[in-house]
Amino acid sequence: MTDAGCGAVVDDIVITGGTLVDQSGSRRGDVRIRDGRIVEVAESLTVGDERVIDAAGLLVTPGFVDLHTHLREPGMPEAETIESGSRAAALGGYTAVVAMPNTDPTQDSVEVVEWVAARGRAAGWCDVYPSGSITIGRAGRELTPIADLAAVGVRLFTDDGSGVQDDAVMRRALEYAGDLDVRLAQHCEVATLTRGAVMHEGHCCSTLGLPGWPALAEELMVHRDIELVRLTGSSVHLLHLSTARSVELVREAKADGLAVTAEATPHHISLTDERLRGFDAVFKVNPPLRTMADIEAVRDGLIDGTIDAIATDHAPHPRHHKERPLEEAPPGMLGLETALGVARASLECSWEHLVGALSWRPAAIAGVADRHGRPFIAGEPANICVIDPDLQWRVDPAALASRSTNTPFIDIDLTGRVRHTVHDGRVVVADGSAVTR
Amino acid sequence: MTAARRHVRSIDEVGRERIIKLLALTGHMHEINQRPVPKVPALRGRVVCNLFLEDSTRTRLSFDTAAKRLGADTVAFTGSGSSLSKGESLRDTVETLAAMRLDAIVVRHRSAGAPWQIAQWCEAAIVNAGDGRHAHPTQALLDAYTIGRRTGRGADLSGLRVAIVGDIVNSRVARSTTAIASMLGAEVTHVGPSTLLDPRLDVQRCTDLDQIIGDVDVLYMLRMQNERMDAAPVPPGGEYTRRFGLTPERAANIRTDALLMHPGPINHGTEMTVDPSTMPQSAITDQVSYGVAVRMAVLFDLLGTGEMEEES
Ligand SMILES: [Zn+2]
Ligand SMILES: [Zn+2]
Repeated sequence: MTDAGCGAVVDDIVITGGTLVDQSGSRRGDVRIRDGRIVEVAESLTVGDERVIDAAGLLVTPGFVDLHTHLREPGMPEAETIESGSRAAALGGYTAVVAMPNTDPTQDSVEVVEWVAARGRAAGWCDVYPSGSITIGRAGRELTPIADLAAVGVRLFTDDGSGVQDDAVMRRALEYAGDLDVRLAQHCEVATLTRGAVMHEGHCCSTLGLPGWPALAEELMVHRDIELVRLTGSSVHLLHLSTARSVELVREAKADGLAVTAEATPHHISLTDERLRGFDAVFKVNPPLRTMADIEAVRDGLIDGTIDAIATDHAPHPRHHKERPLEEAPPGMLGLETALGVARASLECSWEHLVGALSWRPAAIAGVADRHGRPFIAGEPANICVIDPDLQWRVDPAALASRSTNTPFIDIDLTGRVRHTVHDGRVVVADGSAVTR
Repeated sequence: MTAARRHVRSIDEVGRERIIKLLALTGHMHEINQRPVPKVPALRGRVVCNLFLEDSTRTRLSFDTAAKRLGADTVAFTGSGSSLSKGESLRDTVETLAAMRLDAIVVRHRSAGAPWQIAQWCEAAIVNAGDGRHAHPTQALLDAYTIGRRTGRGADLSGLRVAIVGDIVNSRVARSTTAIASMLGAEVTHVGPSTLLDPRLDVQRCTDLDQIIGDVDVLYMLRMQNERMDAAPVPPGGEYTRRFGLTPERAANIRTDALLMHPGPINHGTEMTVDPSTMPQSAITDQVSYGVAVRMAVLFDLLGTGEMEEES
């Protein structure tokens, strides 16, 4: 054991016998880690008195990066804390998460984002990068101090929870952000089309008599933001795409060379609106679960690169908030600990492509590609995940690290699970369990 | 207990066979209701809870009367759904009630699906007395019974043309009555402006009442909310009544052997400008009078054992 810069204890580690998966493909390789960095990568390394992670039969990948995590702190610690949420992230293979700003108070000031970042560092499970809101209080009117927030490290700005409704405000935000090294991210939902909405507006919603959430509400804002990017020359990241037409719009925008990126969630590539037939509010989410045709289009988008990243939109809610009638229950579902298994089951693609969507592509969008999603080369920071691609497991809400239990994948059998996570050179997850310091 | 617990939550869930049985049982209950002392001890010792989290005195009293005529004890829990949001979940409320060892819970809630959620949190049989825009099966049963009795068709409504007029998209009555009428063989058409119809429901649609009013066997007018709202589905100022209201001119076009129905309460001046009590086609008072009998049938079906016992 050696002592790293800021006093955190790090391990000397050798990961042996695994298959390395990174930007340059897959290959056999051992990795030696010292002082928080990769110091040696070779087909076979000699092992001294370091800690050994036996990765025989396992995949060794860069740590995952979640562009979209609701940690609920400050404001709703009964749902999740920064500690419990970032621990869930580490168990899911994440070495970095972007914390969404719809906290109470909102992450719209230097004070609040620094508080969140400090709590993340104190927890130590992974890097917690607070996002900033685009507008003060996420009210959609006045811009936050984007340059001040950028100066303390905020790279992603979003009003997630809702979209910026006012066209002129969004135009100004894109122009202003364009001067700075930051990116705006949009929750695409035209609010006037989704008042009181509970589930996707489709056949199932009609028979259940639940207020419908039209696909158009998302697609209109996707379209508007693409056109605003065309106008301003700025860039935008589109959160949680859920409809076939949204994917098509992004595909066209990318073909036009616009700086548009996008993400999709594990639940939007695996679950349809039919799940609401039992009236269980665990399946209420924003944007809503859509149809099989939408799922297939979003999967295709992830496979052909139209959609850059898989992001969880991990949204914990306490039991008594979900055990309400559908119209009263808040939207959102857990995602961090099930993302890999669900993505694996939902996408027919190579491990390189899948890990790219979970790791280095979101790292670039989040502006953290200097520390995360790095290739296996000596000198790189040691943020690493070790996956058992064949491990079968059943999702048990009570066994998850999250303070809440609102997983839609309850009792589902998944294949593929994170075994070990190395964050900043320290083993934070070993054999599938969080390692307390 | 291994047998699956039974509920009456939607017409589709109950199914055709049981619907026909319930309609026959309704006839029997109606006879009991004609007696000088309309009471039988069939459900003596049973406890029925009326859990009404959306205001509806009429339906609640109808269920309460039905339960008492069968000898059951009743408890009531009323309130608006929002009074629960102050920290108490619907589950907490139901679990508190369940401690009273209830045999059945009759639930009305402004949110679709509440009866399904409640069924997961307690052991009682659940009767849906209206959930949001979703379902209202006892209303549908009394509608079907009224049609069957007035036309002499019983439970066979095959070939009858039923037009349901008005705010289909927001109506649980429209969904459930469409389901039962279709199940019993009727041909249902939804009538209204496209803003009030649902293109994804599997029925015929018509946006011109005058085109079909002379052909229908049953004209079922829905209550039209006339409060102002954002993105209102119809213009203010009486245009709805002019296009889809039952005016004296339109009333003159209804066949003499047709039935006029309405779930009540009527919004006079909006969906109707005629007084239905002056029309021989009106079956609206029949609907009201069969309400208790239908609810007695439902409660007996869920909680009764064997045949009806007669009062000695
Ligand atoms: Zn969102
Ligand atoms: Zn979100």
